[in-house]
Amino acid sequence: MLTSLKTKANGGKPTHAHNIWKEHREKYLLILPFAILFIVFTVIPVLTSIIISFTSFNMLEMPSFVGFRNYINLMVNDDVFLIAVKNTLFFALITGPISYIMCFVFSWLINELTPKVRAFMTLVFYAPSISGNAYLIWKLIFSSDMYGYANAWLLNFGFTSEPILWFDTKEYVFPILIIVQLWLSLGVSFLAFVAGLQNVDRTLYEAGSIDGIRNRWQELWYITLPSMRPQLLFGAVMQITSSLSVSQISIELAGFPSVEYSGHTILTHLHDYGFLRYEMGYASAIATMLFFIMVFTNIIVQKALRKVGS
Amino acid sequence: MTHIVAAVRKAYAARKIRRRNRSILGDISLTTFLAIFGIFSVWPLVFVINNAFKPLTEIFIFPPRLFVQNPTLTNFQDLAIILGNSWVPITRYIFNTVFITVVGTVGTVIISSMAAFPLAKYTFPGSRFMSKLIVYSLMFNGTVTALPNYLIMSKLQLIDTYWAVVLPSIGSTLGLFLMQNFMVQVPTQLIEAAKMDGASEFRIFWTVMMPLSRSAWITLIILSFQALWGTTGGGFIFTEKLKPVSYALSQIVNAGVARTGVASAVTLIMLTVPILVFIISQSNVIQTMATTGIKE
Repeated sequence: MLTSLKTKANGGKPTHAHNIWKEHREKYLLILPFAILFIVFTVIPVLTSIIISFTSFNMLEMPSFVGFRNYINLMVNDDVFLIAVKNTLFFALITGPISYIMCFVFSWLINELTPKVRAFMTLVFYAPSISGNAYLIWKLIFSSDMYGYANAWLLNFGFTSEPILWFDTKEYVFPILIIVQLWLSLGVSFLAFVAGLQNVDRTLYEAGSIDGIRNRWQELWYITLPSMRPQLLFGAVMQITSSLSVSQISIELAGFPSVEYSGHTILTHLHDYGFLRYEMGYASAIATMLFFIMVFTNIIVQKALRKVGS
Repeated sequence: MTHIVAAVRKAYAARKIRRRNRSILGDISLTTFLAIFGIFSVWPLVFVINNAFKPLTEIFIFPPRLFVQNPTLTNFQDLAIILGNSWVPITRYIFNTVFITVVGTVGTVIISSMAAFPLAKYTFPGSRFMSKLIVYSLMFNGTVTALPNYLIMSKLQLIDTYWAVVLPSIGSTLGLFLMQNFMVQVPTQLIEAAKMDGASEFRIFWTVMMPLSRSAWITLIILSFQALWGTTGGGFIFTEKLKPVSYALSQIVNAGVARTGVASAVTLIMLTVPILVFIISQSNVIQTMATTGIKE
């Protein structure tokens, strides 16, 4: 398909393409159903969005081509976007590594338990992710009146004489969002790690013990981590994308716009232009920028992960 | 501290537990660590469960209480009355959700595993390009692709059908990326051996790859089920009769403060099913554990 076209373009020899098809026919057939859905529902929409990012498009009139104007405006004229980028990067720099390590550490500790306890503990840690919008509970905890749990406790124990306006105070918004994000972060990567740990060949531990491995930390570094490299790479991609795309919890908890843009992220900025102002060209440019930030982060992190256990 | 260590040592000795490369002090501190974070993680769930059984007076009590004092089923009874009055029967909403979830999950697991196998175990023209494309597509945010997506769906006449929700979820890359990363670990010798026996790629996929990546596709079932179960069909399904149950329930909850009690009952009901699926599938992962991991 796609590849055979490519080889035709490269070699210009249809027989060559024919040979490739003959040799790998079954592999292409296995991929085909997914490839069709993937191209139709993911690749084409993404490419369309990237094209729209070079236009001015309000969803009523036809898009008009404006070149790099959206990107230039974003980086030069849009002060709020710069706040959003700063917040997002700062947020990701804290929650990304911590959540990644948390996912691994918890799955690793759980793996030591007996099967029944392990299943239970997996559910306990995965509970926030499976609970849908259960994070809204934090709204109740940090509610600004005295009915909020945090305020009720602080009042009861006399730490404060009047309720704190949590989400209306600039200094509190960001830390609270970080706590909630970390609480939510034992998700896809965590489950992948739990499953990955069960695939580790047990005889390696016995062999390691003979070779002089003395404690659980050496076991972790020399056997477990290297055996789990594919899952670690998978988890890294997942944590990078999730820690850089925080928006919903910010909008739901801190409100939109948040006080002095303290909870403003790249994605809430995108939300603003995409759903409130209907400037799809500009919104697509924001999405494309976020995409490149993620790709760049991913390249760095993957390089670092190659060094694990070596 | 020394007392605790001694007590644990005694308990271990009594139950004949001896573990290689594990210190007792390490065991104690790690267990404590797990317990503290476990409580932090699970307590909002405890809150949701308790809230569902609270009468209205207790929901708005000050200072707020975590545990219910006088448990009642009023919230569930109210919900039943509201649902009884709905002009599309609730069973129809449930059928819609079950159809979308089951077809979507089965489709995702089979189709993305099929594609993951060749990408994980072979290099052939286009394989590297496709793998890169898949990772990078995970990084493009879905909010701006919603519009082009809608246009494509309407061209394909999928709007207002179940398929508008099912097909994109099967074509999403998360499942493939997950399966691919687990299938890389299946020893190549096993595939070679199957080939020597004259097995086709399809046969190898079904008899070698799938059984050996069981823990991965069980994880994928959980993820896919969870995502589809919560879908409201927003933006793609407009006919009331085709809408999923979470849409119907969210309409009830949106009616205001008076529905706070019903809302907590709804939250608990919607949570129960994914949790059950989670428990059933996780215990299956653990059964495969009895056999050892994948060996080279």
